[in-house]
Amino acid sequence: MPIKLPSFRPRRDAYPPDLWTKCPSCEEMLFNKQLDKVQRVCPSCGHHFRLSAAARLALLLDHGTFVERDAGLQSVDPLGFVDQKSYPDRLAAAQLATGMRDAAVWGTGTLDGRPVAICVMDFGFMGGSMGAVVGEKVTRAAEYALAQRLPLVVVSASGGARMQEGTLALMQLAKTIGALERLRAGGVPYLSVLSDPTTGGVFASFAVLGDINVAEPNALIGFAGARVSAGTIAQELPAGFQRSEFLFQHGFLDRVVHRSELRGEIARFLGYLVPASRRNGTFADEPEPLGLPSFRPLSFLSNLAERVMPSEADAPTNGSGSHDSAHEPSAASQVPPESGAARRAAVAASLPAVPAHDTVEAAVPDPVKQEPERASEGTVDADAHDAATPERPQDAERG
Amino acid sequence: MGPSDPRDAVWARVLQARNLRRPRILELVAEMADDFVEIHGDRLSGDDAAIVTGFARIDGRRVVVIGQQKGADTEENIRRNFGMPHPEGYRKAMRAMELGERFGMPIVTFVDVPGAHPGAESEERGIAEAIARSIGMMSRLRTPIVTAITGEGGSGGALAVAVADVVIALENAVYSVISPEGCAAILWRSADEAASAAAAMRMTAAEQQALGVVDVVVSEPGEGAHGDHAETARRLKAVIVEQLDVLVRMPIDDLVEARYARFRALGPHTEVATVPPTAPERPGIADRLRNLFDPSRWPAATGRDEPPARDEV
Repeated sequence: MPIKLPSFRPRRDAYPPDLWTKCPSCEEMLFNKQLDKVQRVCPSCGHHFRLSAAARLALLLDHGTFVERDAGLQSVDPLGFVDQKSYPDRLAAAQLATGMRDAAVWGTGTLDGRPVAICVMDFGFMGGSMGAVVGEKVTRAAEYALAQRLPLVVVSASGGARMQEGTLALMQLAKTIGALERLRAGGVPYLSVLSDPTTGGVFASFAVLGDINVAEPNALIGFAGARVSAGTIAQELPAGFQRSEFLFQHGFLDRVVHRSELRGEIARFLGYLVPASRRNGTFADEPEPLGLPSFRPLSFLSNLAERVMPSEADAPTNGSGSHDSAHEPSAASQVPPESGAARRAAVAASLPAVPAHDTVEAAVPDPVKQEPERASEGTVDADAHDAATPERPQDAERG
Repeated sequence: MGPSDPRDAVWARVLQARNLRRPRILELVAEMADDFVEIHGDRLSGDDAAIVTGFARIDGRRVVVIGQQKGADTEENIRRNFGMPHPEGYRKAMRAMELGERFGMPIVTFVDVPGAHPGAESEERGIAEAIARSIGMMSRLRTPIVTAITGEGGSGGALAVAVADVVIALENAVYSVISPEGCAAILWRSADEAASAAAAMRMTAAEQQALGVVDVVVSEPGEGAHGDHAETARRLKAVIVEQLDVLVRMPIDDLVEARYARFRALGPHTEVATVPPTAPERPGIADRLRNLFDPSRWPAATGRDEPPARDEV
C-alpha cells in the first residue's frame, strides 16, 4: 500500500464548509458539532462565535421554559425601498436563510428559576438590523416586563438600524428608549447583554442603557464604523478599539463575561436587582424564590437586641401607623404595642392576612399572583421564622 | 422627464440642506428672539462648540433653545467641528433640558447636523451612551418640546435633540438614518450612488411628513433659506409659537403620554397569524421503558459527533 504522508497544506475537500468552521482568531479548523457543544466558543483561543437567537435562548434560559410572544410580527416596506434588490426580496431571502421572521425574538422564560422577559437579536438576519419589528418587539418586551414586574433581559447583536426602513428605523431608538425609561421609573430591572457585534443605532439605544451592561469578550461594540472613525480625521485607532475590554476600561460595561459563565452572572445580578415591590416603609428582603425558609444565621441576635434594648416607645404612633393602610388589622392586634417586635407585629397586622407559606404549589411561580403575597411576607418573615412565641395565629399553626 | 429627474430633485434638496449659508440656531434665534443668553459646559469635562444651548425670549415667552451650529467659514467650522457634536455636546444639551423642566420653560431645538462626531475620542467618552441618555431624558421630560429641522437631520446625532411633541421641518431640510453616501457605499457598493440612496431613503421634508416622522413643513422664501434669513425666521417663528401655545395649555401628564404615544406608533408592521409551536409529546412511562430495553427501537446514529479520523498510514 502506498504510504500517505501527512500533507502540510490541507486538501480542499478535507474540510467541507458545512461540517467545519475556521476560527478567525487562531486559524484552527473546528468541527461544527463539537463547536456547538461548547456553545460555539473556540476551545483553543476562546474566540466567541456569533450565536443564533435559538442557541442564545437555549444557553440562557432553563430548558423548555421559553414561550415566544408576538412571533407573527412581520416587516413591511414603508419606503418602497429598492437598492440592488427590493427590500421585500431581501426580507424573504433572510427569512428563508435563517428560518426567522425578523431579526429579534421575544418572550418569557425562566433563567435559573427566575422568571424573566427576554428579547434576543440575531445577527444572521440582515445583519441584525433594527427595523420596525425589532423595535416593536423590544418595546413590547419592556412594556410586558413593566406590567408583569419581571426583570427584562435583552441580548443585542446588530450592525445598526435598518437602512431600508429609513427614518422609521431611526424612530425605533426613541420608541424603545421610551419604554425602557418607563421600566426604570417603575423599579423593574433591565439587564443588557452586548454580544458581537453591537453597533450603531442599537448600541446608542437600548443596548447601552441597561441597569447592568454585560458583554462577551472581544465583542465589537461601537457607534460609528471603525473605518469611518479613522477616516474622518485620519487618526490611528488605539489597540482594541471598540472591543468589550475597551468599553470596560472607559466605564460603559459592568462586566465582560465568558459565554460559559454568562448565565450564572445574569442570574447573580437578577438575585440582587429584584423588581421594587410595594413596600410599607420596610426594606426586608423578599423570600427566596425557591420558597425555602431563608437561612439567616445569627438572626437570634436581632431578636435578642429587640428584647434587651429599650425601644423608642412611641405607643400612640404605632396604632396610627398601622391604620394608615386600608387593611383591617388581624387578630394579632391584641399584642401590646410597646416593644419593637410588637411594632413590627402592628405593621404585619395592617397587611392582608396571607395563607401559610406553602410553596409546593407551582413549579414555575406565577409572578403576578405571587407578588402581593411576597410583598407582605417579606415584612412578616423578619420575625416569623425565629420568634419563640408566634406573633400571629397563622404562624402558630405553621409551627 | 426621465427616471433620473426625481433623483436629481431630491439631490438638489440635499445640497440645499447642506448649504453653508443656511441659517442655524444662532442666526435664527437672533432673528426670532428679543433676548438670548448662551449657557456653556456639561459640568463634567468640557464645552462642545458644535451644540449651542441657552435661554431666549420669543414674543415674551421664556424658552430653552438647543441646536447644532455649523461654521460660516472654515475657521469657525473647525472650531465647531462642522456641527458634529461630541458626547460633551449632548450632555450640555441634557443639562439645558433639565433646567427648562425645572424652571417651567419649553424646549425649542434647531437641528442641523451631519451626524455625531465619529472619532476615537467620541467612543472613549461614550457618544452612544450620551445619545441614548439624551433621547431617554427627552422622552419623559415634563415640559413641552418643539423641534425644527432646519438643515440636515443626521441620524442619532439629530434624534438625540429631536424627540419632541411636534417636529417641524423647513422645506429643504432632510432627515435620514444614515448619510446618503454611507447608504450608497453599503447597499450600492459605491459612494457615487448617493443620489439614488437619497431618493430611496425618502429623506426630504415632504416625504418625511408623509411617513409621519415630521409633523409640519415650513416653506422657504425665494430660492431657499440661505437667501433670506429674516423671512425664514419669521415663518418658522410663527409655526413654533403656534405649536407652543397649544402645548403649554396641555396638562403635563397628558403631554408626556402623548409624546410617548407619538413615538410608540412610528414603525409600521403587520402581524401574521401563527400557530404556537406545540411541545413534542413525551411518551408514557411504558413506552419509554420499551424504547430503552428494545434495541430495535433505539434511534439510528444521527451523523457523527466526532470528526472523521485522519487517514491512517
